[in-house]
Amino acid sequence: MVFGIPGGTILPAYDPLLDSTKVRHILVRHEQGAGHAATGYAQATGKVGVCMATSGPGATNLVTPIADANMDSVPIVAITGQQSRPLIGTDAFQEADICGITMPITKHNVLVTDPADIPRAIAEAFHIASTGRPGPVLVDIPKDVLQEQTSFSWPPEMRLPGYRPTTRPHGKQVREAAKLIVNARKPVLYVGGGVIKADAHAELLRLAEESGIPVVTTLMARGAFPDSHEQHMGMPGMHGTVAAVAAMQKSDLLIALGARFDDRVTGQLNSFAPDAQIIHADIDPAEISKNRRADVPIVGDCKEIITELIDALRTERETATKVDLAPWWETLNSIRETFPLGYDWPDDGTLSPQYAIERIGQLSPADTIYTAGVGQHQMWAAQFVKYEHPRTWINSGGLGTMGFAVPAAMGIKAGQPDRTVWAIDGDGCFQMTNQELATCAIEGLPVKIAVINNGNLGMVRQWQTLFYGERYSNTDLGTHKHRIPDFKLLAEALGCVGLRAETREEVDEVIGKALEINDRPVVVDFVVGKDAQVWPMVAAGTGNSEIMAARGIRPLFDEDL
Amino acid sequence: MTRHTLSVLVEDKPGVLARVAGLFSRRGFNIESLAVGRTEYPDISRMTIVVSVDELPLEQVTKQLNKLINVIKIVELEPSASVQRQLVLIKVRADATVRSQVLETVQLFRAKVVDVSPEAVTIEATGTSEKLDALLRMLEPYGLREIVQSGMVAIGRGARSITATAVR
Repeated sequence: MVFGIPGGTILPAYDPLLDSTKVRHILVRHEQGAGHAATGYAQATGKVGVCMATSGPGATNLVTPIADANMDSVPIVAITGQQSRPLIGTDAFQEADICGITMPITKHNVLVTDPADIPRAIAEAFHIASTGRPGPVLVDIPKDVLQEQTSFSWPPEMRLPGYRPTTRPHGKQVREAAKLIVNARKPVLYVGGGVIKADAHAELLRLAEESGIPVVTTLMARGAFPDSHEQHMGMPGMHGTVAAVAAMQKSDLLIALGARFDDRVTGQLNSFAPDAQIIHADIDPAEISKNRRADVPIVGDCKEIITELIDALRTERETATKVDLAPWWETLNSIRETFPLGYDWPDDGTLSPQYAIERIGQLSPADTIYTAGVGQHQMWAAQFVKYEHPRTWINSGGLGTMGFAVPAAMGIKAGQPDRTVWAIDGDGCFQMTNQELATCAIEGLPVKIAVINNGNLGMVRQWQTLFYGERYSNTDLGTHKHRIPDFKLLAEALGCVGLRAETREEVDEVIGKALEINDRPVVVDFVVGKDAQVWPMVAAGTGNSEIMAARGIRPLFDEDL
Repeated sequence: MTRHTLSVLVEDKPGVLARVAGLFSRRGFNIESLAVGRTEYPDISRMTIVVSVDELPLEQVTKQLNKLINVIKIVELEPSASVQRQLVLIKVRADATVRSQVLETVQLFRAKVVDVSPEAVTIEATGTSEKLDALLRMLEPYGLREIVQSGMVAIGRGARSITATAVR
């Protein structure tokens, strides 16, 4: 499966695709869509996603999705055409130094200068993208290199003397970790996206249940641990649950698994989890002690680490005196009961965006895959859809790429054609990439798009409300005032079914209709109020203990620390 | 901040220098000195990089460097356990009145004169950066017309070879 757009320099690679029975190429409308689709495909299937573009603008249009995949450690391979070798460096037509441009945002990239190297370069790209800490790899191939004849042998010998990712954890470090865990009174399993990438969710469940330790799942790890599980405290971070944030702040031991202590999780770093010792397990040694010093670093694959940790804990428990976690659970349960996730209906009688999202989650099949754009709707989708399985929540976490949802949904549907795919999008995000719905309609990818349409760049507006004295500079998109564009009509024009819900009563009806349509993409325009806000919230630059459950309501859990 | 000397073995491929230099600048580190050259293996080059950073950021930059696919091995060379040398070419004003004094300084530092003209001499000197700084201070009063300085190169003392263990 390849997502791409042909052009001058990549033409020689496209010509044989016409006869290929093994490779399906999906002709997208914009290269950014190809990149995000490759990411969606990779995240949904666990396989490498592939996108292809021509030189110059084709390649530079891939920059955003490549940066996105780099931040979220997604294995994608981007293949770009390049001007012929004699023209490189002459500012030739559609020439761009894409290797130079993407150097800081790829795991690796390479300009192929010898036709005989093409098979090896492609094999190495797939190997590098999918092993160790996954990431994007770009292969740039000049047109004259693509046009030459060469002998082909497969598999080629890879030559990567500087690439040896560590997957087996150090036994001594695992035993050290086990010692800390059995003695901890307030431990927390801080689970990141690495657990999903390592397919370690089953091991995580076993570790959690055998140890009885509370679990938090980051934005990238939603679905790694069932939301319905009683040990799940929810998502930590800026818009996390009060219980998850409190658990980390009060913890005496954080067991970080495939997580990277991102600023959106830690808040102000020097007041983050002040009393906690840190066990940090990650496949990337550079993540360990980058933001927060680890007391026990473990480098390796999360699946292997957790498996060995379970064994080490069993051994450790034979001799150690058992620490009673009941008081810890009592504290956490009381916080969880006092500050559950929730939302109020807007006073002005408009539709609540959280309600629409919550109902989509409740009415859709259990194995539905969700994606989102970036902003308020993304946070609500992370909060109010309940995730039970890994790879059912796919979003742009690190880079925060608006416009991610529609093309990502396209890639997800291409990779998982039998599953229902919902993109929870915002009206701002939707207007950045909705042209890929034409691709979806033509290529037979019946995705479902919920436009949470509040007529504004909602998250920016929320910050303007809270921090800029309600001065709404350039956040009103006019989508409400003028109904431009009319998303229902736009959907129809793009070959989709367009639906609309403006009242509470209409919500279930349109979701039901959307779920029944499987021959075409569906766009549902949920016209919602513009004043709904994402809560809880840790304001940027403040400590996690300053978390507000709702505007003006601070749980003040400092006091009983 | 302390000064650290990193000996970095890299694949001899186009763009490797840009990758390494880009990584340093992108993560906010300043390279004090950089020297790139061949090794005894045709497909491996060595970069000797001198940076001034604290211990923790150094660990971070080393780990980030290690993630570059073309980087094979990184070793920090302690000044006490290695030989470190820089080369400097100095064009100093030296007419007949002061030439003998300049030449005396050259001898004192075991440097040598590689070019001479009626108004100036060009001096070649090697050593640690401290020695070369001292030489430059001594020559400054005569008038330094031009200085060209190489990056630091360094090699560990004793029989062990970094390259040999890296390619094994």
